[in-house]
Amino acid sequence: MTVVSTTKDTEALRLVIVSELAAAPERVWQVWADPRQLERWWGPPEWPATFVDHDLRPGGRTSYYMTGPDGTKAHGWWHVTATDEPHSLAFDDGFADDAGEPTDDMPVTRGHVTLEAIPTGTRMTITSQFPTLEALEQLVGMGMLEGMTLALGQIDAILADG
Amino acid sequence: MVVEMDRAPLDQDEVDRLFGALADATRRDIVAQVLREAQSVSALARRYDMSFAAVQKHVAVLERAALVHKQRRGREQMVGGDVETIRAATRLLDAYESIWRGRVDRIVDLLAQDAGPDDPRDPQDEQTGSHR
Repeated sequence: MTVVSTTKDTEALRLVIVSELAAAPERVWQVWADPRQLERWWGPPEWPATFVDHDLRPGGRTSYYMTGPDGTKAHGWWHVTATDEPHSLAFDDGFADDAGEPTDDMPVTRGHVTLEAIPTGTRMTITSQFPTLEALEQLVGMGMLEGMTLALGQIDAILADG
Repeated sequence: MVVEMDRAPLDQDEVDRLFGALADATRRDIVAQVLREAQSVSALARRYDMSFAAVQKHVAVLERAALVHKQRRGREQMVGGDVETIRAATRLLDAYESIWRGRVDRIVDLLAQDAGPDDPRDPQDEQTGSHR
C-alpha cells in the first residue's frame, strides 16, 4: 500500500495524506517540478491537466487547466509561497476563469508537501488546508466531479485496504 | 465554525449508489449544474438535447444517491442539488482524499516507469497501473 495514512481533521478542515514512494526525494521532486510529469498525475485520466506556466520558485506562479471528456476546461492556478528543494513546497491552489485569471469568488486551498528520505525511498506528506466548510463543499462539488471517475477505479482497492 | 458531524459515514450501499450515480458524465454535469442553481427537468433536457424521460431517468439515479432532490414548482419539476448529502465535512474530506489517493497512485505509476527496460518516459496505459 502506497498511502500509509490519512488524517482528516474535520474541526480544522485539514486533510493529511502520507505516502511512501520507492524513489529518492530528488526524483519525487521532479514529478512536482517538471510540468510534463506533473501533467501525468495531477488530473485523473478523464480530466487530464495541462500546465501552461509552472514555476516552483518562491513567489512563482503556475497556471493550468483540466480538460473534461466533453472538452470542458476547468482552469486553476498555484501561487508558490515557500520552496526548499527537494524537501518541501508550499502553495496556494485556486480556480481561474476561462481566461486563466484567478477568480476571487472561489475558495483557495493551502497545500503543503514534504519529502523525507527513508530507507525505501521517500515519505511524502501532503497537507491540504481548506478555509471554510463552504469552500470545501464548493471544491468537492467541482473536484469530486472531476475526480470521481478516477476514484471509481480505485474504490475497490481503497475499500480492500480498509 | 460548527461542523456537522451528526451523519454517519457512508455505508457500503451508499458508497455504491454515490459512485454509480457519478459514473456517468451527464449525471456529473447535472449535479454540477443544479448545485449552482435549481433547474427544471425540461431545462436540463434542452441543455443535453435529451428527451424529458431520459433526463428523468438520470435524475432518478441521482435522487437515489441523495445527490439531488426534486420539487414541484407550478407545472415544473425543479431539480436541486442536495447539499446536505455532501455537506458533512467528513464526507467532503473523504471525497477530497479519494482525489489525492488517485494522484498518489499515478505518481507511483510514473516513478515505476523509471525502472522500465527502454525509455523511462515511455507512457503506459495509466488505467492498467497496478495498485500497491
